[in-house]
Amino acid sequence: MKSFEYTITDPVGIHARPAGLLVKEIKNFAGNAVTIVKGDKSVNALKLMALMQMGIKQGDTITVQVEGPNEDSVAAAIENFLKANL
Amino acid sequence: MIIIQGKGVSAGVAGGPLYFYRRAENTLRRYEPEDREAEWERFKAAQAKAVEQLGDLAEKARIEAGDDAAMLFETHQMMCEDLDLEEAVESFIKESGINAEAAVADACAMQAEAFAAMDDDYFRARAADVKDISGRLVGILAGVVQGGIDSDVPVILASDDLAPSETIQLDKSKILGFVTSGGSGSSHTAILARTMGIPAIIGVGEQLKEEYEGRPVIADGSIGNVVVDPDEETAAKLMKKREEILKRQEMLKALKGQPNVTKDGQSIRIYCNIGNPEDVPPVLENDGGGIGLFRSEFLYLNCDDFPTEDYQFEAYKKVLSDMGGKEVVIRTMDIGADKQIGYFDLPKEENPALGNRALRICLNRPEIFHTQLRALFRASAYGRLSIMFPMVTSVWEVREAKAACEQVKKELTEEGTPFSDEVDLGIMIETPAAAVISDRLAKEVDFFSIGTNDLTQYTLACDRQNNNLGRFFNAHHPAVLRLIKLVAENAHKNGIWCGICGELGADLELTETFLSMGLDELSVSPRAVLPLRQKVRETEVAACRERLMGELMGDRTED
Repeated sequence: MKSFEYTITDPVGIHARPAGLLVKEIKNFAGNAVTIVKGDKSVNALKLMALMQMGIKQGDTITVQVEGPNEDSVAAAIENFLKANL
Repeated sequence: MIIIQGKGVSAGVAGGPLYFYRRAENTLRRYEPEDREAEWERFKAAQAKAVEQLGDLAEKARIEAGDDAAMLFETHQMMCEDLDLEEAVESFIKESGINAEAAVADACAMQAEAFAAMDDDYFRARAADVKDISGRLVGILAGVVQGGIDSDVPVILASDDLAPSETIQLDKSKILGFVTSGGSGSSHTAILARTMGIPAIIGVGEQLKEEYEGRPVIADGSIGNVVVDPDEETAAKLMKKREEILKRQEMLKALKGQPNVTKDGQSIRIYCNIGNPEDVPPVLENDGGGIGLFRSEFLYLNCDDFPTEDYQFEAYKKVLSDMGGKEVVIRTMDIGADKQIGYFDLPKEENPALGNRALRICLNRPEIFHTQLRALFRASAYGRLSIMFPMVTSVWEVREAKAACEQVKKELTEEGTPFSDEVDLGIMIETPAAAVISDRLAKEVDFFSIGTNDLTQYTLACDRQNNNLGRFFNAHHPAVLRLIKLVAENAHKNGIWCGICGELGADLELTETFLSMGLDELSVSPRAVLPLRQKVRETEVAACRERLMGELMGDRTED
């Protein structure tokens, strides 16, 4: 498993648009499970509404866990995505 | 015969049967189906259908309003396929044994509640998105009529008010007019009606009764009334009015593609005033030659916080690319005076019209100006952009604004971000000071556009929002007209163009005067383009110039 931490800079947090884009992004990596962890809550990153209901805000640090055959490259891609959109 | 009185927000007369807009929620049925597996399959089919519909809507929105608008529908698409939602529906159908409609409604209600319970306004508002997809899925399952209109013939559509997602999917070929119990002049229904050129009457409240469904009505948008079961005489009278309006519109349509040239060969550009990227289709529909005034402050008024550079960039880019290379004059934000915004946090002023507004705010708070200029120059790569600064009184202000533009261009060059090298810079002439020193200002800029509403208010010392000033507020006052003449002359002496973007531009009583002054451009609301073109084409400048200018400049005493 590959994991990294990221602190949200978007003023609205993980709102509908980037959450949607994130789900879209992750769908490109079939076979890899992506989990978003914040505090004691975690969610399968493919579950759009559950992800939004985590209420992740600006300044929150999340942990992204990737498990699967290309976890290194998938983690790197997701990190780039977060930097560009959130 | 019953007469319903409301507020007309889109002119025109139309007659047809009255039908109420059908929302899916009204038709939710709850029962226990015999075959649970088949019920689950029915849900899967409806889900696929919803995803397909939303995909189509996203594409439509992308064409009509850009990527951001499309993303809304794409997010809904993903919500329809949400794994938690799907699991909940599956368990309701297969384990609790209820029908698919009820299962969807219950599962969505759970999700909506979860959003509604969040401690952040933004996320709480997402409950509405879940309800929207719930309505869509239930609608498909229950076989609700596509587009919400249950009629084979075109109708006068009645509703409370329509949401954006509802107006975008209406079958427009089936709508002759709108009647709404709620709504406002700037609601989506009103905007859609004006764009379609059909009557809309809003705010009729409880006068609109379900029992009128299917009965013949005539809607008259010009006076804001709807006649239910009109008698023969009324119907004949209104239909005659309709014929006349249509005939006039048809005649004006023949002017599309025709030049704005007077009988003796003088031409003038007729451009349009807009406030949003969504206002572009009517400009093209009415054959506007360009955008003479894009009031960028509406982007600020639509936001709860300062609009970001990217948000502004997308809006400007959309207008520029939709206008396909025609000139687009974007006015930097004109906040202050009658347009106050909370997040600007401006100190309260005794005299806001004479206070910190427009360019003054921009020069005092360069970070706000800088964001807008960056967005504008980035967008300049996508069309023919001109930038215009409002509320100028001195030459130094213009120089400072130009320096801010140079700074932005330098940054963009260093970043390697593309922008156009041919962005014209102009100013609004709306203060007497600017008009009087327009000879000097003309040496600083590429064009002038006269804002007649403010020029009148400042020249005549008359508050334009004070309804008690009536006859004192006279935009035809010779002082105002002489200033316009002076500005045009100073512009031409210095080889730059001069136009009008205030209400006066569309005033057909002054068209001959403006042509006589040699104005180069008039910017008006889209629906005023063709009537103005007609007036221009009927005018012979040589026949009226001497008389009009003599009257304006001569020593008469009666004004």
